[in-house]
Amino acid sequence: MLRYTLRRLLQTVPVLIGTTFLVFAMVFAIPGDPIRAMAGDRPMAEGTYLALRDRYNLDDPLLVQYGKYMGGLVRGDFGEDFNGREVADIMADRFPITIKLALVALAFEMLLGILAGVLAAVRRKSFMDSLVLVTTTAIVSVPTFVLGFTLQLAVGVKLGWFPIAGLTEGWRSYLLPGFVLGALSLAYVARLTRTSLVENLRADYVRTATAKGATRRRVVGIHALRNSLIPVVTFLGVDLGALMGGAIVTEGIFNIPGIGQQVFLSVRAQEGPVVVGIVTALVLVFVLANLAVDLLYGLLDPRIRYE
Amino acid sequence: MVESPAFGAAVRQCVVNAVVPAAKVPEERSFAMRSLRVVAGIAAVSLVLAGCGGDDDDGAAPGGGTGGEFSVYVCEPEHLVPQNTNETCGAEVLGALFTSLVDYDVGTNEVRIGAGTASSVESDDQRVWTIKLKEGWTFHNGEPANAAAYARGWNAGAYGPNAYGNAYFFENIAGYDDLQVPTDAPAGTKPAATEMSGIEVVDEWTLRVTLKDAFSQFPVTLGYTAFYPLPEAYTGDPDAFEERPIGTGPFQMDGSWQHNQQIRVQRYDNYAGTAAKADAITFRIYSNVNTGYNDLLGGNLDIMDSLPPERLGDARAQFGDRLIERASSNFTYVGFPLYDERFADVRVRRAISMAIDRQAIIDAIFNGAYTPAGSLVSPVVAGSRDNACGQWCTYRPEEARQLLTEAGGWRGSLVLWFNSGSGHEKWMEAVSNQLRSNLGISSISFKSLEFAEYLELLDQEKVTGPFRLGWVMDYPSPQNYLQPIYSTTGSSNNFGYSNEQVDQLLARGNAAETVEAGIELYQQAEDLVLADLPNVPMWFGKVQGAHSNGVSNVAIDAFTRIRLAEVTVNQ
Repeated sequence: MLRYTLRRLLQTVPVLIGTTFLVFAMVFAIPGDPIRAMAGDRPMAEGTYLALRDRYNLDDPLLVQYGKYMGGLVRGDFGEDFNGREVADIMADRFPITIKLALVALAFEMLLGILAGVLAAVRRKSFMDSLVLVTTTAIVSVPTFVLGFTLQLAVGVKLGWFPIAGLTEGWRSYLLPGFVLGALSLAYVARLTRTSLVENLRADYVRTATAKGATRRRVVGIHALRNSLIPVVTFLGVDLGALMGGAIVTEGIFNIPGIGQQVFLSVRAQEGPVVVGIVTALVLVFVLANLAVDLLYGLLDPRIRYE
Repeated sequence: MVESPAFGAAVRQCVVNAVVPAAKVPEERSFAMRSLRVVAGIAAVSLVLAGCGGDDDDGAAPGGGTGGEFSVYVCEPEHLVPQNTNETCGAEVLGALFTSLVDYDVGTNEVRIGAGTASSVESDDQRVWTIKLKEGWTFHNGEPANAAAYARGWNAGAYGPNAYGNAYFFENIAGYDDLQVPTDAPAGTKPAATEMSGIEVVDEWTLRVTLKDAFSQFPVTLGYTAFYPLPEAYTGDPDAFEERPIGTGPFQMDGSWQHNQQIRVQRYDNYAGTAAKADAITFRIYSNVNTGYNDLLGGNLDIMDSLPPERLGDARAQFGDRLIERASSNFTYVGFPLYDERFADVRVRRAISMAIDRQAIIDAIFNGAYTPAGSLVSPVVAGSRDNACGQWCTYRPEEARQLLTEAGGWRGSLVLWFNSGSGHEKWMEAVSNQLRSNLGISSISFKSLEFAEYLELLDQEKVTGPFRLGWVMDYPSPQNYLQPIYSTTGSSNNFGYSNEQVDQLLARGNAAETVEAGIELYQQAEDLVLADLPNVPMWFGKVQGAHSNGVSNVAIDAFTRIRLAEVTVNQ
């Protein structure tokens, strides 16, 4: 298993080099002159313009720009954005916030999603099952920004149960945005758990366990659920990366200074180094989360072995 | 100042940068308050943090500090070095940290020399200006805010390698060119000088500025952030300065700039001017104006100086007399590419202008948040006239159609250009509907591009139809609304417009003996431009702000800056 893990980690090196180049090239290909756009309707002084073009190597061809960027990266220099802030500082500010937000969302998904899925599965065709079906369909149909603004107005502004925006109230500030961020996946997790569990409850080994005299709770909770969670865990692992990279809307609504917001701003401003730095870190998250998922399979299903 | 791509105040970044979702347009800020109890709690905590005793013995500054603190909505500033700050969010924060050389009347926007840190600004020939500073002003770290400090700031602003966004303010000062890297020089070349020859420190409190060309409006420009002084502490470490700016204003930094979260300032007790009323201000940084507005509704914020346009109706009902609405300097127009011969005939341009019902669009789409434009100079500027344009900017559909017929009608497709993602789609569509029904132009299409690409095509004169652009003033003079946009060499003349008489009148206005004498000549230039109509004036903006019950005496100026020192916290 150690060898397997090491091999997987080594494989990430070419993946990272490939992604940085792809992302860099895509930002490079965005039409328009980012420095010109900084000035808006009134062009900046010529000296200012030329100095900024030069500072961000914008007059070099793509490969030279990329080479300079990677050269800096090897020395631990992530570059800077067009306002002169170090990308390393930006990431250090923003990543912890997004990670917390994503973990809160993930917690909601796991707790509520799996719980709802199990309830629906064990009482198939009951009121509970229909309720979960209807609720999850509703959540999947509502765009995140509608859900976000509605909840913000309802339980934040009107009822005052949660902080409305910002991070001024510690962990409580993460609850509402975490829920909104995780809502969509929560619905998927519930559906996935239900389907998978329903199928497994019909399997031979479940009938055997029941015949052995195991309690209903043990049959469902230990035998069937553990097996049913394999697709769910796969989904959650991939979802962690998606939650971190996809929090643009939620972070905007709740004014949470995470990386989703930053990526959005930086893509529009064509700040290559910022986009590449953050996306690379996200790729790393995806790779590691996938690795963790693969390793988890072994715990859930002892038949799986790693070579 | 640059107008942000977004419609309305700006996002800008926060601004000017075309970028930015709600975020960068810098026009929005607000404050809100929480329930009284919580406010009291916060105030108590902050008093302790600020080291002030409960009896507030240091609050007895002249002008009478009344204590308390409040919060203000801002977007993330791009920069906090004044010479590099040209968007409204940064300018709002700097407005608390610095006091400008001259001030402007909140109502009329006329320049008030003597109300800032300069006691006089005088010239015999409009070219060599003598600025006398009031003695005794200091930076928050105790350094004197003397003539050398102003020279330091302006030289830093003009120095090419610094690449500061406000460098263009110094282009007209003698010696500016020596601070630039020559265009064709090899990389790494340093400019010939670090100080402009046109700036002389005559004595500790007197500064002499020599301009390249006479400029009667020079005193009017001096209120801008570009002309703030810089302390020696800046020279040592500009990056550290930016994280914690040291100014001359009624408030000083309390801790560092917490990026994307907040900036706290507290009253500066050795302030030489009229002391601020409140003890401290928290600038809360938002990336989305709707979120700020929800915080204001929920009582977490005290003042916003911009509101989400779609919630304006709701805000009017909710806030009543705590809603502030006033004219801003924002000007939106639709320009013609005169290099395209289909727009060469002035009758075509007039027909398009007369076929647009501005008021109907403003009411239907913007909740009445704009004022139809009948001139090129915003009503906030001394010397503006309400309807200088006359019939050509008035909605007269029949005459418009007739005029177009006289000009030979319109053949082919008409393409309307605008930058995407900033809320221009709706009103551009309304314009197209009016042109379609009033002028009978059947084929109208749209071209919307990201701001960066859009500007590039405008600069290269590759636009094939009427295009939307805007303007936000740098300083309240008609000159600022005319010269950069309509002079032949104007930096924002995207029409390819050139009229020798206009250029001459602007030059004569610049050389006029007084600010007022210049205005008359600028008005003549404006009349000539309006007769040529290189663009369709659409509307002027309004500042919309609101504040909580927790504060009073909230005023917002035409620059969309809150008069922070005058705000009082209700006890």
